[in-house]
Amino acid sequence: MKKLWWRLWFILALTAVAIAVNLIPQYPLKTGLDLQGGTHLLLQADMGNIDPNDRTTALESVKQVITRRVDLYGVSEPMIQTSNFQDDYRLIVELSGVKDVSEAISLIGQTAQLDFREDLEATPGAETFRFLPTGLTGKDLKKATVTFSQGGNNTGQPEVSLEFTTEGAKKFGEITQRNVGRQLAIFLDNQPVTTPVVSEAILSGTAQISGNFTTKAATDLSIQLNAGALPVPIKIIEQKNISATLGSDSVRKSVIAGSIGLGLVALFMILLYGVNGFLADVALVIYGLITLAIYKLIPVTLTLPGIAGFILTIGMAVDSNILIFERLKEELRAGRPFSIALELAFGRAWDSIKDANVATIITSLVLINPLNFNFLNTSGLVRGFALTLLIGVIISLFTGIIVTRTLMRLFLVKKV
Amino acid sequence: MKYKLLYFLFSLLFILPGIYFLLRFGLSLSVDFTGGSLVEFQVNASLVELRQLLEVQVPVAGLQQSNDSFVLRTKELSQAENQALQVEISSRFGQVQEKRFETIGPTLGKELIKKTLVGILLAAGFILSYVAYRFHDKKYGVCAVLAMLHDSLIMLGVFSFLGVYFQVEVDALFVTAMLTILSFSVHDTIVVYDRIRESGKLFPKLSFVELVNKAVTETLGRSLNNSLTIIFMLLALYLLGGDTTKWFVFALLIGTASGTYSSTFTAVPLLVLWEDFSHHFSHPRGVIE
Repeated sequence: MKKLWWRLWFILALTAVAIAVNLIPQYPLKTGLDLQGGTHLLLQADMGNIDPNDRTTALESVKQVITRRVDLYGVSEPMIQTSNFQDDYRLIVELSGVKDVSEAISLIGQTAQLDFREDLEATPGAETFRFLPTGLTGKDLKKATVTFSQGGNNTGQPEVSLEFTTEGAKKFGEITQRNVGRQLAIFLDNQPVTTPVVSEAILSGTAQISGNFTTKAATDLSIQLNAGALPVPIKIIEQKNISATLGSDSVRKSVIAGSIGLGLVALFMILLYGVNGFLADVALVIYGLITLAIYKLIPVTLTLPGIAGFILTIGMAVDSNILIFERLKEELRAGRPFSIALELAFGRAWDSIKDANVATIITSLVLINPLNFNFLNTSGLVRGFALTLLIGVIISLFTGIIVTRTLMRLFLVKKV
Repeated sequence: MKYKLLYFLFSLLFILPGIYFLLRFGLSLSVDFTGGSLVEFQVNASLVELRQLLEVQVPVAGLQQSNDSFVLRTKELSQAENQALQVEISSRFGQVQEKRFETIGPTLGKELIKKTLVGILLAAGFILSYVAYRFHDKKYGVCAVLAMLHDSLIMLGVFSFLGVYFQVEVDALFVTAMLTILSFSVHDTIVVYDRIRESGKLFPKLSFVELVNKAVTETLGRSLNNSLTIIFMLLALYLLGGDTTKWFVFALLIGTASGTYSSTFTAVPLLVLWEDFSHHFSHPRGVIE
């Protein structure tokens, strides 16, 4: 009996935590593009001219470039992911709340432009700069890599090594010759990326940019330079714009529909199973609170099919209880006292509940595709739905069985 | 299980017309599968006038009106082409408000079809193995998956019909609905099978058919009650929810109804049929005395 009370306290504490999480504004419910409005783009990178060994690097550079461009638009929390398998190199870009989509999209779709600019007019150490194009561009750069310096005082410091083409080496040699002691700026999409000072004329076609780089800073720089060195044309192969009004309308309707459905289910359970049904409803409310809290904590990005998945799992959550209550009725009909019938009902129903839920878990895992198998679905909508289904099944096992059982043992067994 | 032929006939009553529609008309696939563009916008215009204007600009694959919104399906448009089209519309009918614009490349559609099939096969394969393992007999797994197939056929048939008469399209969400129903259907079937297994242990003297009948009677109430709760939720969503999920929810409704029926009246009779056949063939025929 004492153990049961502990269990009840545990359930109450868990519910309290769930309520707290749901009320604290630090954990907002993340909503997908279909709910808050925005633009979803799927970009295909054309790797035709890129050496197969450099393709992953090149895709990473494209991502960096697009991130830079999106940042210029001040988009809140842009989501940019690379996805590559076999010969398809793709980028998923999700921008929420962009007003002028057309401009953002035409900017994103451009191939990155890298060029070197010199500052011929300025005297060394001057405050103002006026950089002029040198004619040395990303095309002349073969590759940028992160290396570690070999000699001198800075041994082991991360640097960025540049490797030029034959043509580029010649141009670079001339430029460095006339710019010793001056800055040579590198621009990406007309924005300066770095402005190192030329220490000597470099004719070999390889150069190092050193400075007080952390390894991460050096890597970031090399990625940006590679965006110019390995120019990858990108093409939009899928685009979805959803207006914010359409989204909020759907949310409002789904919430109303969900509440009415939930009310009907609760009523149905009480009509069918009386007090037992009422306790199941209590468990159902706890289910709703915990699920919502978990959505916020993980966080699960809630999409429209995700909401549908959540509502569907409410229907499935009461199933465990229906199985148990039907069983309870049978055991009582067989003449067993309530306390024994209760334990038998839970024990026997567990087998079916377990097998049935494992089948649902299998399906949701195939849909979520957690290992990112490329032969399976990777669509965000489908995954969102499956994730809510999976979370729903797992939590409903807890509330439908442990919570209901504890409540029934505590409040109903004494009655008989 | 006396009426098992009747149960199969009842299923066929829905499956056969479904197959006829599928073969005759196929499914009306959305841009998710075929590639192309979908533009949903609000404008103060009549359907006929709007259609005339649009047909001059782009190939119109479909134009539908719901309240003051129009949904246009057309070839793959770029953002610039979409913009130009809207300018064209607004110069004639006044302000255009874009609600949704989707454009999908043709290769992606094929990819989705492939991934969908692989997903369904994989899920079916896993479920078959799991059920066969839990019940120590492959016939349970096979019959559960056949019942799943029954539900898929019904859903596909209904949507083929809806595609012909109500211009309802099958999209990526439909695929999700179908996979959900597959798991729901197995969920329901397992509950009945579990009862057969349990009664088999408790009453070893009963014949297989008697066990099955007992299990079906005992689980029918639960099966109906459970489906009713899910149907309540779905009906509320269908009647009151947003337009974007309307057909998704409808697919789930059809699937739930079919899944409930198939668990008791397809999966179980199939099991009995299997048992009959195996008995028929495993009995030694001519015994020499």
